[in-house]
Parts: sequence; structure tokens; C-alpha cells
Amino acid sequence: MIRTTVGGRAMKVIESKGVPYRELNREIRRLVAAGEDRLLLRGVNGQRYIGAGLKGMARLEIEGTAGNNLGAMMNGLSIYVHGNVQDGAGNTMSGGEIVVRGSAGDITGYAMRGGKILIQGNAGWRVGIHMKSREDQPAVLVIGGKAGDFLGEYMAGGTIVVLGLDTPLHQERESANPLIGNYLASGMHGGTIYIRGRIPAWQIRGQVQTGLTTPEESPPLWNWIEQFAAGLHLDCSGLFREIFTCLMPQGARPYAHLYDHSA
Amino acid sequence: MPRSLVPPEFLVHRDEGRCTKCKACIRQCGFGVHAEGPDDRISANDQRCVNCQRCVVMCPTGALKITANKEIGRENAYWSAERLREIWRQAESGGAILTSMGCDRNYPVYFDHLLLNASQVTNPSIDPLREPMEIRTFLGRKPEKLSIAGPPGEERLAGPLPPEVRLEMPVMFAAMSFGSISKNTVLALAKAAKRMGIMFNTGEGGMNPALGPFRDHMIVQVASGRFGVDSAYLEAGRIIEIKIGQGAKPGIGGHLPGEKVNAEIARTRGIPTGADAISPAPHHDIYSIEDLRQLIYTLKEATDYQKPVAVKIAAVHNVAAIASGIVRAGADIVVLDGLRGGTGAAPKMIRDHIGLPVELAIAVVDRRLREEGLREQVSLVAGGGIRSSADLLKVICLGADAAYLGTAALLALGCHLCQRCYTGKCSWGIATQDPSLTKRVDPEAGADRLVNLLTAWQHELKEFMGAMGINALESMRGNRLQLRGVGLPQNELDQLGVKQAGEAM
Amino acid sequence: MVCGVEEMAERRADDHQSYEGKIRIPSGCAVAGFINKTGERVNGRTIAEMMALMKERSNGLGAGYAAYGIYPDYRRAYAFHLILADHQTREEVEAILARNFRITEGHEIPVRRTGRNKKAPLLWRYFCDPLRLDRDSALDELLLATTMRINRLAPRASVMSCGQNLGVFKGVGDPEEIAEFYRIDQYHGYSWIGHGRFPTNTPGWWGGAHPFSLGEIAVVHNGELSSYGTNKSVLENFGYELSLRTDTEVMAYAIHHLRRQNMSWPMVAKVLAPPHWAELERMAEPERELAAALRRIYGGLLMNGPFSIIVAFQGGLMALNDRLKLRALVAGTSGTGLYLASEEAAIRQVCPRVEEVWPLPGGEALICCAEEESACHVA
Repeated sequence: MIRTTVGGRAMKVIESKGVPYRELNREIRRLVAAGEDRLLLRGVNGQRYIGAGLKGMARLEIEGTAGNNLGAMMNGLSIYVHGNVQDGAGNTMSGGEIVVRGSAGDITGYAMRGGKILIQGNAGWRVGIHMKSREDQPAVLVIGGKAGDFLGEYMAGGTIVVLGLDTPLHQERESANPLIGNYLASGMHGGTIYIRGRIPAWQIRGQVQTGLTTPEESPPLWNWIEQFAAGLHLDCSGLFREIFTCLMPQGARPYAHLYDHSA
Repeated sequence: MPRSLVPPEFLVHRDEGRCTKCKACIRQCGFGVHAEGPDDRISANDQRCVNCQRCVVMCPTGALKITANKEIGRENAYWSAERLREIWRQAESGGAILTSMGCDRNYPVYFDHLLLNASQVTNPSIDPLREPMEIRTFLGRKPEKLSIAGPPGEERLAGPLPPEVRLEMPVMFAAMSFGSISKNTVLALAKAAKRMGIMFNTGEGGMNPALGPFRDHMIVQVASGRFGVDSAYLEAGRIIEIKIGQGAKPGIGGHLPGEKVNAEIARTRGIPTGADAISPAPHHDIYSIEDLRQLIYTLKEATDYQKPVAVKIAAVHNVAAIASGIVRAGADIVVLDGLRGGTGAAPKMIRDHIGLPVELAIAVVDRRLREEGLREQVSLVAGGGIRSSADLLKVICLGADAAYLGTAALLALGCHLCQRCYTGKCSWGIATQDPSLTKRVDPEAGADRLVNLLTAWQHELKEFMGAMGINALESMRGNRLQLRGVGLPQNELDQLGVKQAGEAM
Repeated sequence: MVCGVEEMAERRADDHQSYEGKIRIPSGCAVAGFINKTGERVNGRTIAEMMALMKERSNGLGAGYAAYGIYPDYRRAYAFHLILADHQTREEVEAILARNFRITEGHEIPVRRTGRNKKAPLLWRYFCDPLRLDRDSALDELLLATTMRINRLAPRASVMSCGQNLGVFKGVGDPEEIAEFYRIDQYHGYSWIGHGRFPTNTPGWWGGAHPFSLGEIAVVHNGELSSYGTNKSVLENFGYELSLRTDTEVMAYAIHHLRRQNMSWPMVAKVLAPPHWAELERMAEPERELAAALRRIYGGLLMNGPFSIIVAFQGGLMALNDRLKLRALVAGTSGTGLYLASEEAAIRQVCPRVEEVWPLPGGEALICCAEEESACHVA
């Protein structure tokens, strides 16, 4: 075991190149249980389930491409990825944070009910599906780049923010918002989604109410952008006067009308 | 509002001579059928009656009777009264018709075409009243070969075994979520499971804190909505069950209607009060068999390989190949839920027209797993319409290790199978969250009734086994030679892997 | 005693060899592929390494590879790769070939028969020239008819591939085993695709492994086609017989069929994964009219259900996800190289300095053709 010093603090280094996921994760569990609070995983490439189900305050830094279901079902832990993550990061997580310097894959944040996921780059399809919210630690997912189709499907709580940092917006009426795909907010029945720019109706699938706002007018949005900027050491001050579309569900029962409930 | 063309399904008859106007019926009915008129007379709104029998049972003078309303016009053998009603209802509502509990259509019931064996002369039957009769079983993965260390005479296990769960009898209470049923009902099931040394299942509604004392008997379910799934929940369960499908509604998701989502349920599930609790049709992280493997191993990693992981699917046409894939994906227990399996709410067309009877499903899956050399590695659990100890034993002979009871357990608690759980108005206090109704199930008294039922089944099971000259449940599992078919064509016998009655051993 | 158990296991495996050929088995998978636009040929080790990283996605019951450019010395010949039960079947197959082709060379594909692949079927390859050609399109018809005739013998015989300068190598095993078995490192191709399979049943069978190939195309597929029944019934109208009982077979034949109708690759992709009607309504003319017509005429070849595919064809690769993007497929570039894989990590494994990595959106084909003057083109 090697120790290295990052930012003035000692970290335990795990050389992960070529290590099968089961071994790697066993080692992480062992070290976290032993009270190790800062770990650096070097040379990760595709190993799955890193941090899955873990609790506590430890910080995990990952160099490389983290494999599927990073931090799934975890409750606590702060994971920082210097690279991309594959599919399913933060799957069903209930607390803690995942910060990604690169991009994230499909179904990021599926059914997360608490904690924070910050992605500097893009996120894939079906991101933030069925997000919920804990009273004590609301779930939030901030995407610095763009996201694919079905963003926020079945959303039941929490917050999704899409910033599109590197994308200039010159939107004409009814033209697509390039930061998102189609079928936004299908079946949304809780929570809030903020997307930079305007969104034509055809890109939205859900029965939602939309409004325009700016971070300056909307303290929660301002707060999430600040947290995103702080977490990734970025300057996002240029966004504070940008127009965002805010989506909230029209009702808590999106599909009630499809069924005959009579006795 | 235009006049409804849908005739009442049931007619309430009141014997005015017996009625003392005590108003018990008014208080007892969850559906608001009975009401007091201006002239002090109590009248019934037939249109609202679901024939749950609560008023009939509770009427102190036996003044009430409910009959089916048959006279609705020229129904015929093809256009039955039920079809006519469905069309009239949909013409008025524009919605898919909801229903509850299991498929009630007249498809063949294979249980009723199977007969069990008994010993006569050549081998002795065993008297279960005096001889030991063992009906304990275990669920969980088994290694293909036991590693034994040490020299002869000093043998010992070479290493730990995969996690397993012991059942004192081969039944468990099926997944029924807090939300679809009341907290008192969940508690009754949990208490009975603990007393009987078996398991109950949280369903997909998360874990109510009141279930803490029963965690050793708890299966926690992970369904597509992931309600209440967190590390504490996974740690609390003895078995983690991934719910892919349900026999009552294969291939579709579930909506717990907002009416049933009170503050406590909302908290347990992590959704807004009064919001529909929506479980999507698929798990959005499982679109293929390798994705199932990924979720199985996510759960195993998250619990440090300490718990068996079960995968529950609805029995569908390709069930054998699917079950084989599930075993290969790493599941320790495969649960097959048949056509007759119950539900708190399902679209009626789906419930009644998709799926496979569990008898066939268990038979074909057990056979396929044996052919592939996988059967001995995993446990197989049958669910969906087990009505008696005879059904239970037959499904074990067809290849199951244990069976889930859902409907039978609710019946024990007073359910009268009115199939209206989705309304949340259950007069028996089971499938409702209305506090004035839920108090009708007393967890302790309910547990007594469940324990009585299972005790009776235990005894019957032992008598069956004793009659066959078998005193350990291990010798029943997959013992199809103890079954014979009556009134089944050859291809059905072949699918069941059972001989025609009259054929010798 | 021990030998008894082994024998039983073998017998079981043998039973299932025929078993899977009789019914259709769903399966999941991992896919990968790459091409170098300059036509530079790359050792097969690279694709094997990509597949090895994604081991977790398959279950050791099927894997395979296809490569273009591996037979430079025979590049005008049609290379038939065959799976054969025994030598008697081989003779039957040779007779079928001889009806339309002159066999210039035929021999067993060099393999390393070790471990559980000791009992692998006969794997044979023939380099053939067509005997006579009446029309331009006749060659396609000839390859189709010959392949169908041979596959009719399945599971005793099946064609792995029959294209020019193309070879499919596949079988039961995990991707590393199959690469080792076929000595993939002895081949150099300008494009490679690979597959690791997770069938839901049985020891799998050799003919059920991917890639599936017919004529100039070879396909690897991750997912399961729920529309198989419909696709099959449509293809049967056009001379295709579905004898291999794997959903990917319809994918390969559908592509072959559309290419036979001289459809361009982007059009082929629009048939397999057409735009949703709502999307179509938003298109401008004449694009909308064409897309609508494609959907109307070829609706029965819409591939419904989760899929990500990589198609190798002469001089190029096409990657495509189903229109809902139910499977993951990632692309990466490095110089003149294009890499594709179910997981990003597989690309980084062989190309640590990958310049750009991006996920393929649903229903949008990624088509990469080698430069015109490159060695990829036969003519």
C-alpha cells in the first residue's frame, strides 16, 4: 500500500489497473471499514460497482473510466472521478456525492433518493429516471453539458439541472433545445427540472407546467449552480442571468385518467 | 350527467322483518352502499355493492343477503354479462378497467387434474402423529460439490457455504407492499412468519420501521420503482428479491393509486403524499440478461455477498429459457409467479389474458434446469394461486422448493375476494389505508388466524407425506412419480412431466 | 466414477447442441469493433483484448469475431467458413457448393483444440469462384441460395461466412477462449467486430454464436429482438430461411435483403430503426415523404426490442442502436481509427489515447467507410 499526498492530505493509493472488480471492491470495503477516510484508485478502467452500498464519510478519488453502477445504493461517501463514468452511476443511491470531471453514461442517478451527482460533461439517455427525495438530504443531479432522451422520466422528487456550459443557445421558435433529447419528463409526478434555454412543447412528454426563470430569480437554482461550480472548481457566474426553463408536474397522478377506477 | 348504462353487478336484499335498524351495515361498508333514508328506513345502493360480504357477516340479525344480478338483458354464450358490462363501462369512462386479486377466468386448473400417491403393502405408510415428519427446507445457492477437509475420521467443512435461509415449512408469505395492504395486515403477516419460522416479503413498498423486530423473517424486495431501497433496507432483509414481474400483470408496471399514499407510505417510499407510486414496467437498468446480472451483483456487492438474491418473474411463454438465464446471471433463488397470482391493482385485460399457470411453469423450468445441470445449484419458489396444502404439495412434486402464499393469506385475514383492492375501500380493513377501516385487522388476532391456517396445512402436509411413506420434505421435491394426471391430453401430461393415472411407477 | 460424470456432462452438452438449434433462445451480450480508414491491417489480438475486458457481459457460452481484409492473397475468392458435424456432412456441403462454385481450395480452419473445445465441431473453409453469372445481381442470389441450402442442414451444418476477403470465427466459449482457439492473432484485418454472448440456456451451440454473416455483411448484436416472429415472416417472402433460431439471424438477413435492393447504409438504418411517427411529422419534405415511405414499405423489418449492432461490410462499419437506445454503445476515435464497444473501458483498453469518446444516440447510425483508395476495396 502506497500513501500519497494530494492537496496537503494523505491518501491511500490502490493501484487498480487490471484488478478484477470483486477484489478491488473488497479492498475498498476493507479499508473504509478500517477507518481510512481518503482513497485514491489509480488506473481504473471499467471496474464495476465501486463504492456500491457503502456508508460513511470516506472520500474516494478515481483516476480513469469508472465502470457501471458506480456508487450504486450507497449512502454517504464522496466519490470524485477524474475521467468518465459508464452507465448507472449513483443507481438507487440514498446519500453522499458523486462528482465526475468527464461525462456519464445512461441511467445515471436512476431512482436516487438522496445525495448529489455533479457531472461536468454530458450525461447519457434515461438520466434521473424515477428520482425521489429524502426529507433530510434532497436528491440533486446537475449536468454541466447535455443529456439524452427520457431525462427525468417518472420523476417523483429531487432536482435535475442541465447547464449546457459549452453550448451557445440561439433558439428559434419551436426549434429543439440542443441540451436535451426528446420525451423530457415523461410521467413526472414530483420534483423540479431546470434546463437552460427554452424548450418547445414537442420535446416534453410529461404533463408538466413550465415557466421561465433565471438563477438570479430562483434561489434554489442559484444554489445548485454554485454547488456545482464549487464541486468542480468552475466559474459559472456567466450563467446567473441566463434563461432557464423550470418544469414541475401538473399533478401527482399523471396516469389516473387512463384507468377506470370505478368499483 | 348522462344516465349510466352499466347495471349493478350485485343486488342487496334486506329482510325488513329482521332488520333492527342498528345501522351496523352503514358503519361496516367501506363502499358506502347502505344509507339511512328520510323515513328512517335503511336502503342500499346496489350500484356500489362489490359483494365483499362484510355487511352480511356483521349484521347482528342476519337480515342481509347479496345476490349476483343476472338479469341484465340478452346475454348469450359468446357475449357474456361480464363482456357487456366491460364495454358499457369503458364507453362511459374511456379508461382501462382495473381489477384486483388473481385471474378468475375459466382456464384449466392443472392442480385439479393431478392426483397424489399413497403407499399400500409394498412400502409402509408412516403415521405422522407418532413418527418424526420433517418439513423443513432451505433456500439459497448450493455448491455443486461440498468441499470437505481433514483426514478420514476428522472431516470438517473446508470453507464457508453460500448464505442460506431456513424455512420450518415450505411456504412463505408473498410480496405484498405496505401501501397495497395496510400496516396492520403487514404486521399480522410478519408476526405469523416469525411464529411459524418462515418468511414474509415487504413487497416493493419499502420497510416500515415497525417491522424492525421481524427482520430475520423478512424478504426485502427491489422493484423497478426502487421505493425505500437503501443500504439499511438491504441490510435488514434476509433475502433480497428483485421483482421483475408479477403473475397478475406480466410485463407491465404498477401504480399504487394516490388515494392510498398517505403520509406514512409517502415517507416509506420517498414520494409526495397523495402522488401515485409508479413502478415502471421494466427496471430501467435491466434491458437485457447481462443487465440483470449487473443488478444481482450490485446487490451482492452492496451487501458483501451475505444474502441470497432471488429473482421473481411472471410465468410467461418462454419461462424456461428465461429462468435458465436468471440462474446463469447469478440468482440464488428463482421465483415463478403464475397466472393466478394476486395483485392490489392490475388492468383486467392484462390480468386475465397473459401468463402461464404456475403448475406448468414450475414443471417446465424444473425440467429445463435439470437438463442444463443447474437445478441443484438454486432454489425454485412457486407462487400464484396455491389454495390448499394439496396444491402446495403438488407444486413441490412438480419441482418447487417452496411456495409463496398471497391470496390464501389474505383470505385467512378475512378477505372475501371482491377484487376491489384498487379502490382502497376494503371493508375488511386489509387493502386500504383508511384508519377507520384498517383497525379492523388486529395484528395479533390476524397472526393467530394465519398461524392456525399454516398449522392446519402443516398437519395435512405431514399426513400426505406419511401416506406416501415419506418423512422428509427433501424426498418430495421434484418427485413427479408421486403424481398422476387425470383428464389431461398427452401433450399436457408431457409438459407437466407426469404420467397418466393408471400407469405404474 | 469420475469418468461417468464427465461422460454425462458431455452427453448433456451434445443433446443441447441440437437442442438450441431447434428453439429460439434469448441472449444478452457485449459487442466491439474497429476499423482503420487507411485500410491498415490490424492483428486480431486487439479485438480479443477489447472483448476480454467486457467478460462480465457474457457467460462463456458463445463468442466470435469477424474481420475484413484477412485473405489478401485470395481476395477475389468467396471464402466459405463452415461449421460441420462430421466428414459425411462435409461431403454433402461440398456437393452443394459445387453446384454453383468451383472450389479452388478447401481445408480445416487451423484451430487449437484444447480444454473444453477438444470436441468442437469440424470447422472448414473453402475458397470458391462462381461457376457462371448471368446478371450482376446473380452473385448475391447465388450466395443466398447456397447459404440457405447449407443452413437447411442445421444444426449439422451452417455457414459462418461466405464473403470476399471476409472471415467469421465463432463458437461456444468465452471471447478469450474463442480467440485462442481460432488463433485470432494469426490474422490481420482492416476491420474487426467481436462478440461475447450470454445465452439464457444450455451450453449454447456453435451456430448460435455471433457474428452472423451473409454475403458481404457480418453482424454482432447485443439485445433481443421482440419482433423476430414478424421479421421472420417477412423475410420468408424473399427466399430467406431462418434455420439458425437466433434473433440476430433476422438482423443479418434483413440487412442483406435491403442491401440487395441497392439501399444505401443510411437508408438501411432508417428501416431497421425508423423515426417515430411524431418525429417524422416534424421533418421537412422530401425527407419526410421518403422516411414515411420507408416505414410503410419496410415496416415488417423494423427491429423492435433492445439492440445495439455493429455491421462489418466491405470497406466499412456501421453501428446502430434501437430507436429507444435500450442498449449501450460507445464510439471513440483516434487518428484514422474508429472504435466501438458496449463499454467505454473496452476502447480505452486498446486505445488509451483515444481522442474523443461519445455514446451513440438511439436510431442514429454511425457509418464509417474506408478511404476510396485504401486497400479495403477489392475492385
